[in-house]
Amino acid sequence: MKIKENLIHGLFMFNALLVVLVLIGIFALLVNTSIPAFREIDIKEFLFKAAWNPTSYVKETYGIGSMLVSSVMVTAGALLFAVPIGIGTAAYLSDVASPGVREMVKPIIEILAGIPSVVIGFLGIVFVGPIISRTFGLPNGLNAVNGSILLGVMALPTIISLSEDALSSVSKTYSDASLALGASRWQTVIRVKLPAALSGVIAACMLGMGRVIGETMIVLMATGCAPAMPKNFLDSVRTMTSTIAIELGEVPYYTTHYYALFAVGLVLFIITFCINMASDMVLHKYQGKRG
Amino acid sequence: MKKYTKIVAITTLALCLCASNVQARNMIQIKGSDTLINLVQKLSEIYMEKNPGKYIAVTGGGSGTGIAALMNNTCDIADASRNMKPKEISRAVSLGIDPKRVVIAMDGLSVIVNENNYVTKLTMDEIGKIFRGECTNWSELGGDNTPITLYGRQSNSGTFVFFRDLLLKGDYSSRMKRMNGNSQVVEAVKYDKSGIGYVGVGYVKEATGLNVVSVAAHAGAEYASPLNSQDVKSGKYPIARPLNQYVNGTFSADVKDFLLFEVSPEGQRIVEEEGFFAIPKEYVDFNKKSVGI
Repeated sequence: MKIKENLIHGLFMFNALLVVLVLIGIFALLVNTSIPAFREIDIKEFLFKAAWNPTSYVKETYGIGSMLVSSVMVTAGALLFAVPIGIGTAAYLSDVASPGVREMVKPIIEILAGIPSVVIGFLGIVFVGPIISRTFGLPNGLNAVNGSILLGVMALPTIISLSEDALSSVSKTYSDASLALGASRWQTVIRVKLPAALSGVIAACMLGMGRVIGETMIVLMATGCAPAMPKNFLDSVRTMTSTIAIELGEVPYYTTHYYALFAVGLVLFIITFCINMASDMVLHKYQGKRG
Repeated sequence: MKKYTKIVAITTLALCLCASNVQARNMIQIKGSDTLINLVQKLSEIYMEKNPGKYIAVTGGGSGTGIAALMNNTCDIADASRNMKPKEISRAVSLGIDPKRVVIAMDGLSVIVNENNYVTKLTMDEIGKIFRGECTNWSELGGDNTPITLYGRQSNSGTFVFFRDLLLKGDYSSRMKRMNGNSQVVEAVKYDKSGIGYVGVGYVKEATGLNVVSVAAHAGAEYASPLNSQDVKSGKYPIARPLNQYVNGTFSADVKDFLLFEVSPEGQRIVEEEGFFAIPKEYVDFNKKSVGI
């Protein structure tokens, strides 16, 4: 009996360690494959120059400036759209909706999370794009706004379900006290419950953000992917993820271009890692307070 | 309940294993050009109908992707709408691959504009200027006063490289939108009154809502349309190109049989049906010399 227990214990520990090892392995691989790129590329030029054209007819350039701006733009746009809707829906589900409605809506939101991104990207081309082009009087709808809206839709399920969890786990005594003091339900949700669940809600938004910034297929299909530095939200954008997706298939292995793509991947990894880390810290703070 | 789950899991696994075994034996893997994918798909479907027991899998990804796959030995035939670059050939040789080129069809690479755009005649020089971003308004070309929107392909596309090397002799404008495939370019230009794009002729023959631009080799030369098969074959249409497949020199009998089918009269009839053009004698001879078919 003791042996069996130890065995199971060991097995579980091995599983946990495996995940950590995989993460470390990916990081090591990215760093290792990125470093050779900087034998030929100046690191300042890589980070701050706008032009990325490794297969140029004239002269290869490796600058991720416009890609960084593009990624940040669509991510910010997506959050601008998804955070208010997401938190609103979460508040509705946790406090306003009757249990019957809640039981029906929650699974539907979870189904939304299961829609493949390629399908959402397709909707971007045939549905959202034309609407944007008509609304803004543009010749086409392949731009940052389109990408932002679609990515917002992708982030919604994450933001809604995690925010709803955070709001629901606010102690009932809070809302009871607030209502007893004569506050309306609206006031209770906005002034009492939301602040109490704030760190959980922030963590939900940040996890949604982590999901958005790494998303590839949607931006590849719906944003036009022009490599020029975007001037505003109605310009075409080309994110880091779509560049990697386009170019990794055809790049000759072990060339500067190949290493440079891994370097782009490393930058992306560091960004998402920081976002996840920050959301984790916020979440811990929140759980600590409750406990 | 648990028992059933296990049984289902094991059966699925077994089925997968069987399926992958079948694939490993007879499957020909074809990968590459998005311009060629519909045509090669059609050819392989008809070939498989006539030859039960043979399996062909056709995937896209772009000519660059196909050529890379041939080098890495992950496909048997690479579709390419451009020729392999000398650098790629030497890389392939260093990896132990001996790439052989077969021409299976002719393409009049078509420049397309929206149906409401009446600029339907351009010289090669003008097209180069438009896509380099030096000419940015239709009024400069005798059209309406609207800015030009450029639609092109992504850098893994053979069409992207062919068009750039032949017409631009420089880099594409960084404002050109990089579309995911020929059909996406067609759809975008259909919608966008100010758009211009380039696609394989197989994608425009049946398309509505577009004008196919007639192209002249230089100012003063005659304009020719890619829809006219005579002009494409004779080379009067200046951006005609052969569509290639690359195979490793040590290709199998199965691969050879399929290649033979493609260049046979029946195969070439399918090529014409799909909107491309049959290969002229020049390339029939070339294929004989290259792979002996």
